[in-house]
Amino acid sequence: MNPRILFAIAGRVLVQLRRDRRTLALLLVLPCVLITLLWWMFKDTPVFDAVGPALLAMFPFIVMFLVTSVTTLRERSSGTLERLLAMPMGKLDFLLGYGVAFGVVAAVQSALAVALSVGFLGLDVQGPVWLLTVVAVVDAVLGSALGLFVSAFAQTEFQAVQFMPALVIPQILLCGLFIPRDQLPATLEAVSNVLPLSYAVDAMQTLTSTTATADVWQDLAVVAGFALAGLALGAATLRRRTP
Amino acid sequence: MVKNAVEIHDLHVVRGRRTVLEHLDITVGAGVTGLLGPSGCGKSTLMRCLVGVQQVAGGAVSVFGDPAGSSRLRDRVGYVTQASSVYDDLTVDENLRFFARVLGVDPAHVDRAVDAVDLDDHRDQVVGRLSGGQRSRASLAVALLGEPDLLVLDEPTVGLDPVLRADLWRLFHDLADRGTAVFVSSHVMDEAERCDRLLLMREGRIIADGTPTEIKEKAGAGNIEDAFLAIVRGAAA
Ligand SMILES: Nc1ncnc2c1ncn2[C@@H]1O[C@H](COP(=O)(O)OP(=O)(O)OP(=O)(O)O)[C@@H](O)[C@H]1O
Ligand SMILES: [Mg+2]
Repeated sequence: MNPRILFAIAGRVLVQLRRDRRTLALLLVLPCVLITLLWWMFKDTPVFDAVGPALLAMFPFIVMFLVTSVTTLRERSSGTLERLLAMPMGKLDFLLGYGVAFGVVAAVQSALAVALSVGFLGLDVQGPVWLLTVVAVVDAVLGSALGLFVSAFAQTEFQAVQFMPALVIPQILLCGLFIPRDQLPATLEAVSNVLPLSYAVDAMQTLTSTTATADVWQDLAVVAGFALAGLALGAATLRRRTP
Repeated sequence: MVKNAVEIHDLHVVRGRRTVLEHLDITVGAGVTGLLGPSGCGKSTLMRCLVGVQQVAGGAVSVFGDPAGSSRLRDRVGYVTQASSVYDDLTVDENLRFFARVLGVDPAHVDRAVDAVDLDDHRDQVVGRLSGGQRSRASLAVALLGEPDLLVLDEPTVGLDPVLRADLWRLFHDLADRGTAVFVSSHVMDEAERCDRLLLMREGRIIADGTPTEIKEKAGAGNIEDAFLAIVRGAAA
């Protein structure tokens, strides 16, 4: 691993994102708009307090999954990855470079969403607010790792986007957003126990409901473990030599 | 001191179900070596082998005495893929600065590389808005960055106007004079005359190897295109 190369890659990804104003605006503003919409829908009911935390966990995950799978696919098909792999770049430099760049974007995105939810929409948070953002960032890195992994199995951007219903929507359905996980049929609860988004949502819900953070750190560790496993899988799909 | 930049021994490559390179034995030394052959004959595949990004079924490729693709070689070999591999959403300057950082070379190299491919006027333009030829020059500039000892160029002059093409060939010879081994592929037969040494390739085999003059004389032809045809017909007969 080489920090110079890692940060060169992270910096480049951020410059590319900055150039793409529309994507950047969507990344930062869209979660806020959707959260506000939900708050408005359930105004004067306790629903927003129940689903708000889950949303804060979902957006970074979904958005980073999409952005990463498409950008790395582009990198694979445009030949720039082949060129980089012929240069003194380690696979880890590449993966972590992307991870750092999208982690930064996720931090900004989550900070905005958390500030809006807590500051203006009255979301009740018992635990430390900064920890909410940490969960969101780890969650975003998880989304990036997964996106990186699936980009190896897609030939086109269209296919890459199709992985979203396959890998992301089941996690959204089972993460406790629609029904608490312990009220799911036993089989489905078991499935939800091995899905990373469940733990991210658990962490967010714990943070909003109690001041104790021990459980949060535990859930966070699980999400981080999944993210690392995702990065390792992603690394396995980055082959210097291709057929 | 290793006298050949590249030594290929019994190289065999299968892509999909197709045998693309068959038991090749090639050496590439100093100067400008051209790899010429029709579309689909395996030029790009061979170049990918040299930089170590192609899975091979057998044989050995060594570059400056190390196996192709070894980490020790990665900053000594410049590579230009056939499709220009630069970031469309970055400017020429940003692209070069990024690759310079990855290679760990001084940013001053960026100016020289931009100069060499004559893109000064377009430095701050986003690559996606350049013409095809300008884009492939940007891609070429990246390969020039680290002043590599071996340059592997996959059809770098496609679609360029004759003046610029002549300029680039002059650049290749300048680099070769300064000690870089230059390996260029092309399927344009009239570029053959510009090489110090020529490899003619067909269906994954080398069918002729020598200076352009030697090849023409041996085949009794007036130009390389006729020589190519004569050799193919001779082999078939
Ligand atoms: N990714 C791939 N998978 C399977 N087969 C491939 C792949 N890429 C190329 N081939 C096959 O390998 C053969 C040689 O291809 P290659 O790209 O090396 O040709 P080339 O000489 O560079 O042609 P051109 O002048 O058109 O660039 C072709 O028959 C092609 O069909
Ligand atoms: Mg080719």
